[in-house]
Amino acid sequence: MIRFLATASQRMDPISLFPFGWRHYLGGGLFIGAGVALLFVLTGLVGGMSTVFTSTWSYLTRQPFFQQERFVSSRGWRLVFAAGLILGAFVWWVGFGPPQPLHTTLPWWQLLAGGLLVGYGARLGNGCTSGHGICGLGSLQLPSLLAVLTFMGTAFATAQLALRFAGSGP
Amino acid sequence: MMVTNSGSAAGTLHASLLRGFAVLASGVLFGFGLALSTMIRPEVVLGFLQWRDFGLMLVMGGAVVVTAATYGIAPRLMRIPPLGDHFHRHVSLLNRQTLLGAAIFGVGWGLCGVCPGPAIAGLGTGNFDLLWALAGIALGALAQGSTARI
Repeated sequence: MIRFLATASQRMDPISLFPFGWRHYLGGGLFIGAGVALLFVLTGLVGGMSTVFTSTWSYLTRQPFFQQERFVSSRGWRLVFAAGLILGAFVWWVGFGPPQPLHTTLPWWQLLAGGLLVGYGARLGNGCTSGHGICGLGSLQLPSLLAVLTFMGTAFATAQLALRFAGSGP
Repeated sequence: MMVTNSGSAAGTLHASLLRGFAVLASGVLFGFGLALSTMIRPEVVLGFLQWRDFGLMLVMGGAVVVTAATYGIAPRLMRIPPLGDHFHRHVSLLNRQTLLGAAIFGVGWGLCGVCPGPAIAGLGTGNFDLLWALAGIALGALAQGSTARI
């Protein structure tokens, strides 16, 4: 980390903050924003991604929490939106991706354990990186800004600790 | 939910199909963006969280600017959206649950580098390792709802 900062400051080149380039990041962000924008302009809906993980359970469990109107009435379009996400990434893979399927080097237990906390936390806090980060900040909501700063803080701390103690990461 | 001109069964079906197609097309743009920006790779997200590459700021920044402009302008140009009954709003409440939930979410995100959108979109690139994260998120959401008070 210190060596990286030293290298970056020596070169005085802001692009070195992006060792893998920056165009695909900005371009991808604009596409993500375009998807959220198109959904809103055509249907008036707000497209955070974590709610689908609660609303879909309403098909499978009778528990009153999951049978709330806000989940039952939105579960259909949320699943269609999720299918669109898979299809969009598939289009990228076929058109621009590597010939073989993508995979990750992280161990399964790390994905599962992290996922459990992600699902529980995002639903308790009513939003994730897209719900609070994109839709919440996009509608200038102060609670969303505080949520983003909170999860960025705990995510930085966790990732740095994991790197130090477990040597996780690429 | 739907407002149709005719109110007939055929008109309602037609409007539902159009609306479904609009939702799907929006999701396609979103998923393409997640893949293009490499946010579907947990290694890239962890690289950001470990301060080796700051690309995620550009992804978030680009998406937020487009979203903010659209959320601000569209309701001024149209009374209702063409395929919906009204313009919804993302409602965030400033309370203990929001901040505690965000903190827990961040710990999980920092551990695995996967958040809900990429866990879903990544499947489109044949990355079935992400099913572990997807299962975790779904079970986490089930645990939250099962223990929540309405």
